[in-house]
Amino acid sequence: MILYIVPDAKGLVLMFDEQKIKEIMREKERWEKTTVADWLCRMPERQEVFTTPSGIPIKRLYTPEDVKDIDYLRDLGFPGEYPFTRGIHATMYRGRLWTMRQFSGYGTPEDTNKRWKYLVAHGETGLSTAFDYPTIMGLDPDHPMARGEVGVCGVSVPTLRDMEILFDGIPMDQVTTSMTINHPTTVLLAFYIATAEKQGVPQEKLGGTVQNDNLKEFHAQKLCVFPPEAALKLSVDVIEYCARYVPKWNPISISGYHIREAGATAVQELAFTIYDGIVYVEETLKRGLKVDDFAPRLSFFFALHNNFFEEIAKLRAARRLWARIMKERFHAKNPRSMWCRFHVQTSGCTLTAQQPLNNIIRVAIQALAAVLGGCQSLHTNSYDEALCLPSWEAVTIALRTQQIIAYESGVTDTVDPLGGSYYVEWLTKEMEERAMEYIQKIDDMGGIIPAIEKGFIVREISDAAYRYQREIEEKKRIIVGVNEFVMEEEPMKINLFRVDPEVEKRQIERVNEIKRTRDNRKVKELLEELRRAAERNENVMPYVIRAVKAYATLGEIIGTLKEVYGEYKPETII
Amino acid sequence: MSEERKIKVLIAKPGLNSHDRGAKVVARALRDAGMEVIYTGLRQTPEQIVETALQEDVDVIGLSILSGAHMTHLPRIMQLLKEKGMTDILVIAGGTIPEEDVPKLKEVGIKEVFPPGTPLEKIVKFVLENAPRRKK
Repeated sequence: MILYIVPDAKGLVLMFDEQKIKEIMREKERWEKTTVADWLCRMPERQEVFTTPSGIPIKRLYTPEDVKDIDYLRDLGFPGEYPFTRGIHATMYRGRLWTMRQFSGYGTPEDTNKRWKYLVAHGETGLSTAFDYPTIMGLDPDHPMARGEVGVCGVSVPTLRDMEILFDGIPMDQVTTSMTINHPTTVLLAFYIATAEKQGVPQEKLGGTVQNDNLKEFHAQKLCVFPPEAALKLSVDVIEYCARYVPKWNPISISGYHIREAGATAVQELAFTIYDGIVYVEETLKRGLKVDDFAPRLSFFFALHNNFFEEIAKLRAARRLWARIMKERFHAKNPRSMWCRFHVQTSGCTLTAQQPLNNIIRVAIQALAAVLGGCQSLHTNSYDEALCLPSWEAVTIALRTQQIIAYESGVTDTVDPLGGSYYVEWLTKEMEERAMEYIQKIDDMGGIIPAIEKGFIVREISDAAYRYQREIEEKKRIIVGVNEFVMEEEPMKINLFRVDPEVEKRQIERVNEIKRTRDNRKVKELLEELRRAAERNENVMPYVIRAVKAYATLGEIIGTLKEVYGEYKPETII
Repeated sequence: MSEERKIKVLIAKPGLNSHDRGAKVVARALRDAGMEVIYTGLRQTPEQIVETALQEDVDVIGLSILSGAHMTHLPRIMQLLKEKGMTDILVIAGGTIPEEDVPKLKEVGIKEVFPPGTPLEKIVKFVLENAPRRKK
């Protein structure tokens, strides 16, 4: 597979002329032999080799020599223009800041509604829903596997009634909402569309995002309900339905976040995410849509870990890589089809349970990198998340961190302020090239489904996670408060946030009440129609919407689809 | 002279929680320390975990949970082990388990709880020192 063609070397607009580069190289050699050598005698370097967490060796110094092959117009260009390395919008944050979107949800829909209103009152500019495990797995709260999990890690939303309560007093034509839901996306999106309709808002006007990246569930996060082929089919059902009827909605957020949190390196995160993106485009094209009909609405989601420059380079490389793939491989004409628009979340797995207030600093550094990398929306983690769900105080500090970057730091005043840095441009190119190597490797395996079935991606991620942990054990990587600067007595006790244990009972009661009061015969008919549509391999979205409007529950709808598509059996690769 | 068999460990993920990075890293560390390690995969009920432990005749069960549902699943697993008379198995747990829950878990028989950030070495050492030793 040819992803894109790099134009030949003729007519390049290089940033430095050849003569100058030669002079700089000569001078650099002199500098190394004299100034550096002298200094090293007095002061050896702290390590023999320096590498990024992805294993990319880092030089002592970067100079124009390292970017001599970069053609400014071809490889960087101008913001808002191909290949979008410097940003997807012409003026970036001088025009509009990123959306401050805190992922949140717990307990009953009433509990989460209250927290959302609090966050919006304090300056949050977009909603983001964390569902509980039963909802994410497509189970009703009365399912035996849901015991002890209802409302614990997120909000419980098993019926249309729950979604109505969740959005009580929130005008759905004025907010954009992100929903972190994958294999059961059809149902949660249907709840959302039906709730909006009750508020008088037609689906054409809805703005927001569903994660709906079912493939990455097999690589990481592992919240798999259906086997890979069916899961992919359902993702594409949502993309197709939205392209036709919910045009302002982002029907997918192609996610590297979970891949990274599971242990992947930044390069692997970039490669696997872009690869999944290619698969979704290919599959959606098979539905008879043209690339420019749906590609402008594909969105991405990346993690932001501690290595400041590698993370920024990753985000810049993602934009260039995706733009080139969309233009060269898929022949997109609309520039928006080439935009790699992304949400960023600071990294949960870099937070420490030890000395938790230190996490505030980690989050601030990560959030700054996300902004310097040109994100469209951002979630900042709360400092207590290695221990519990965010408390009210912790989530407020997390939001304030974004506001301080936005309004006080000055980094928003010019577009892509790190563009042109020898190091950042070199590293951006390096990330792109290394990601391409992985993409080639998966191609050679026959594509994503064989790569999943062979356990290739899962194993790559596990290996990287183990390597990273070993480096911490051997103190090759220092984690402040964990393997260095450890305190026997924790300096600060934090108040743990706990979810009311009565939530499970209340949510079960609500489902039972709905089942008592709805038209059960109609529900049965609609579920039967859904089953037949799935068997005929039709897009299930319209059938799911009809069923939820009659108050069929999440568990009933996913249960019906499982009967047709089968169920995923979790892998046991160590 | 009788030889001891390798320590056999079951690493299990109770409940719906899918964060398996820690479980897998710990599983590898124990394996690298010379133990025989089996991983259940995700989403196991307490019944399934105890059944696997019985079938595989393990010496140690390591339970990994980050969903906050530990006070539901972990005591249930301990109760089932007790009912089946499998009380000689060393049971340990890890994940986002708040310190204040640890005494309650120890009361039902969980020998140690390892919070996030625990060095692998410490877990390996604990298992080596506390696992029941059996002849081949």
